[in-house]
Amino acid sequence: MDNQRNEPRIGFYVCHCGTNIAGMVDCPAVAQYVSRLPNVVLSRDYKYMCSDPGQELIQQDIREHRLNRIVVASCSPLLHEKTFRGATEKGGLNPFFFHMVNIREHDSWVHTDKQAATEKAKSLAHAAIHRVRFHKPLEVKQVPIHPAVLVVGGGIAGIHAAMTLANAGKKVYLVEREPSIGGHMAKFDKTFPTLDCAACILTPKMSEVGAHPNITLWTYSEAMKMEGYVGNYTVTIRHKPRYIIEDACVGCLECIDACVYKQPKFFDEFNMGLGKRKPVYIPFPQATPQVVLIDPETCLNLKTGKCKKTCVEACADRKAIDFTQKETFSEIKVGAIIVATGFKSFDAQRIPQYGYGTYPNVYTALEIERLVNASGPTGGEVVLRDGKKPKSIGIIHCVGSRDHKTNRWCSRVCCMYSMKLAHLLKEHTEAEVYSFYIDMRTPGKGYEEFYGKLLDEGVQFVRGRVGEVTDWAFTKEEEGKLVIRVEDTLAGYVRRIPVDMVVLATGLEPQADAQEVRRRFNMSCGTEGFFLERHPKLAPVNTFTDGILLAGCCQGPKDIPDTVAQAGAAAAEALVLIDKGHIEQEPNTAFIHEEDCSGCKSCIPLCPYSAILFNEETRKAIINQALCKGCGTCVASCPSGSIEQNLFDDEEIFSEIEGVLAYE
Amino acid sequence: MNEKQWTPRIVAFFCNWCTYTAADLAGVSRLKYAPNMRVIRIMCSGRVDPQFILEAFAKGADGVLIGGCHPNDCHYAEGNYKMLRRFQLLQRMLKDMGIEEDRLRLEWISAAEGEKVKTVMNDMVAKVTAMGPLGMPGRFADWDKEMEHLEAAVATAEAGQPAHSHSQQEVKHA
Amino acid sequence: MKYSYFPGCSLKGTGRSYEESLLPVFKALGVEMEELDDWNCCGATAYMAVDEVKACVMASRNLALAERLGHAELLAPCSACYLVLNKTKHYLHDSASVRGVVGQALQQADLSYSGNVPVRHPLDVLINEVGLDEVKKRVRHPLKGLKVAPYYGCQIVRPYATFDDQYNPTTLDRLVEALGGSVVRFPLKTRCCGGSLTGTLPEPGLLCSYIILKEALARGANVIATLCPLCQFNLDGYHDKITRKWDPVRIPTVYFSQLMGLAFGLSEKEMGLHRHFIEMPALAASAAA
Repeated sequence: MDNQRNEPRIGFYVCHCGTNIAGMVDCPAVAQYVSRLPNVVLSRDYKYMCSDPGQELIQQDIREHRLNRIVVASCSPLLHEKTFRGATEKGGLNPFFFHMVNIREHDSWVHTDKQAATEKAKSLAHAAIHRVRFHKPLEVKQVPIHPAVLVVGGGIAGIHAAMTLANAGKKVYLVEREPSIGGHMAKFDKTFPTLDCAACILTPKMSEVGAHPNITLWTYSEAMKMEGYVGNYTVTIRHKPRYIIEDACVGCLECIDACVYKQPKFFDEFNMGLGKRKPVYIPFPQATPQVVLIDPETCLNLKTGKCKKTCVEACADRKAIDFTQKETFSEIKVGAIIVATGFKSFDAQRIPQYGYGTYPNVYTALEIERLVNASGPTGGEVVLRDGKKPKSIGIIHCVGSRDHKTNRWCSRVCCMYSMKLAHLLKEHTEAEVYSFYIDMRTPGKGYEEFYGKLLDEGVQFVRGRVGEVTDWAFTKEEEGKLVIRVEDTLAGYVRRIPVDMVVLATGLEPQADAQEVRRRFNMSCGTEGFFLERHPKLAPVNTFTDGILLAGCCQGPKDIPDTVAQAGAAAAEALVLIDKGHIEQEPNTAFIHEEDCSGCKSCIPLCPYSAILFNEETRKAIINQALCKGCGTCVASCPSGSIEQNLFDDEEIFSEIEGVLAYE
Repeated sequence: MNEKQWTPRIVAFFCNWCTYTAADLAGVSRLKYAPNMRVIRIMCSGRVDPQFILEAFAKGADGVLIGGCHPNDCHYAEGNYKMLRRFQLLQRMLKDMGIEEDRLRLEWISAAEGEKVKTVMNDMVAKVTAMGPLGMPGRFADWDKEMEHLEAAVATAEAGQPAHSHSQQEVKHA
Repeated sequence: MKYSYFPGCSLKGTGRSYEESLLPVFKALGVEMEELDDWNCCGATAYMAVDEVKACVMASRNLALAERLGHAELLAPCSACYLVLNKTKHYLHDSASVRGVVGQALQQADLSYSGNVPVRHPLDVLINEVGLDEVKKRVRHPLKGLKVAPYYGCQIVRPYATFDDQYNPTTLDRLVEALGGSVVRFPLKTRCCGGSLTGTLPEPGLLCSYIILKEALARGANVIATLCPLCQFNLDGYHDKITRKWDPVRIPTVYFSQLMGLAFGLSEKEMGLHRHFIEMPALAASAAA
């Protein structure tokens, strides 16, 4: 430890990263340049610094050359700072005597002029050499973790993550904003490519969630506010009034029969409006929890106060109906949060030339899922809006996907679900089915085989992006039909194909309120609006905020197998965090040199975490180290310069500025 | 060394959570931009002390760029607003010092906006290149020389005439 | 509001009634139009297909004249002119080599063009600058009983859709409604009228026109409103040939400016309607009502 306080003896390493860095930066020249800087005892270039021999080299050099500062110029510190701090520590130094220079992401990968890139590397290295002289030994803080987990969103991703954690013995809060869990998957009829019934595999899991002793299930509720930090989040949950006392309702559904509306007449959300429901309803037969709810927009009593309340009569002494319910809030403490808020189906009206909303017999895929479903609005009978059976059906792929005018990304599941629907529609109606695709994308286990099966079944695949769906007839056969105009790019001419029914394979989009949710949980979004994972390959379920994890389509379009796998991974990451019992915090907190503090109190209102207190006795400010998150705003604002921030101290940054501007 | 063509040196302060990550993303995406920027990582744009900016100019920077999270998206809730306030005050002061507005720039760049890192860097380099070197270190040297001159002149004057203590002070303050 | 005005050849020839109706209607709305002095051919879509750069040079001369005239923006009522002028602006912006050739050519004529004159369509100006409220204020004879098929043609939305949706434009629909007419749903709004094929390969050309006319009638329209001189010419001028080949599809095709004039209380003659082949008695009756 002794040599750490003496005159700095700096070891510098520049990494080739194969050719990633060395291809654009002259690494030996950088090493040579740095070797001439003051306090540098040793300067090397090496093929792969992050490799075991690379780390070994640092440790050996510390011992042999009595180094007490280490600088590595390689990739981004967000990637390997931990690695090299570890090596520094293993070499016998405090890990915070290390500093990292980013000459890959910020240099070799983004420049094309080798000389300029090398110059840049030199000056960045120069800055680090300057700065590291001021580094101090620091201790990592340990904070205990709250062992419960919040899962936001009760689709298949949320359900699977919650079950995994609960089965591992953890306390889980599962919050879903709809009246039932199940998400999109509950609406599907069959799943590709195995064609097993979605409800048959999902509903047992739903009731397990409802009954699990470790899971607190809150439906019709939303996570509104999050405070705190990894391991210690406080979340406020809003419970919307369902006008039913959940514990008292036994799911007998007698109130629905008794409602003064004899016939269902209101838009049924679960069936995409293809069916009707009453003001008091249960979203679908297998809904979890098995509890009804009352829609205040349509309930006569809630709207006018004038109703015979036959539902209350029917409920009798169970007394589950409560028209006076108001929204309530609960506050929970959790260590980690899994965000599984799912996706929104593309609004097909945004592409007017496909006629959704104009022609009644143009459907979205999700509507067809309900139409072919045995428990759907028609009992599984596929009929047009006028009750007739379609004799020909056209399925249009990539509606709102792979399109520069709407969404540029591939929604990944549409090719497969379109083929599933083609199969089901053929099975239900014996109609001629056309499938219009740009490219057939079937990358998954058994997917390409499924495509082969559909070809054998006689579904007509037409390769080409559909130009329009129209009702103007060119020939007698076209009259009264919807005509699909498409350039058949395999046959090489424009075709007009008359059909009775058009199905639009709508793509997957971020939820409408994704931006709000992103802010609420301190996450980032990619340009397309899906939540951004920390690293696309190596941290696919983590976000940039520790303890906030992602699962399912809120992170990007994916199918059910991938969603479940990702949910499992998110649950595992949560377990890793919780089972450790504590978290280590970067020691980059701020502290006050009391002797310099003038007691002006300018810093106190600046702190977003109320971490700065004022000691009335000494007339000095004090920073609570447990609350400080290390942003450094107070440091920059202190008029007397009495606040310091570990790792980002004034003298460290000033020396860095000087370093980057030092000319050769 | 001085013979080679002048290119601007720009110091950038990027916050760890948004803009620094965006610059990493630009790298991972292999976007190409001008090599004049030198990025210093800080945890939050709220950490940028106006003195850092002045120091950078004084030590020879031709421009300074600050990158933070978008309003409402700060990892630390509101550090970026604090930076914005300081930035506006500092802009005024820099103007008085004869440093053009475009030499100091504040940009909100989220972790997903690798493309924006590229456009902002290129744009700023182009603008600063067009303005030419700022040359603060040289100017300081000139000012120092001027001071010496004045002081020498005052000394000579004082030697000739009885000192006028008031005027001497005025010169020193100038 | 004052604009430079590029009529193009159609508005002085086959599309005279377009100019005859547009000028007084815009005047009534307080929009001044000053015709470019010594303008030349816009560059023409047909010529553009033969030699793009030379077509650009021709278009650029008109743009340069507009820049010299000094009004902020240039109005081009003919769809073909509108497209060629705008396309040229894009080419000049995107391609240094086109800029070079054009710059040299303009220099020979002591002209220059900096790229700063936006080219706009009168319909765009009506909707986005004048505003439909102003239009409504001047309606004396609402077009009651008039069932209008709004027909935009291809060039106003393809390839650049600057002021309306590319697939489902609605500006003309809204204008007709503001004039008191009713709009029939017309999914063929941006389909080809046959273009110059009616002159070179009559059969497919006329078939295109026939489809538009037939569908307009089938959807219950009694008049087609358009904003392109070539569309108007094709849909109005070949009735006999179309009848001989297929069936009689007799429906008048008029400019939006003519409908505006009638609604503002101007006469059919003033609007140049006597120049069209297919008269529109239904309109006269309803306008008078």
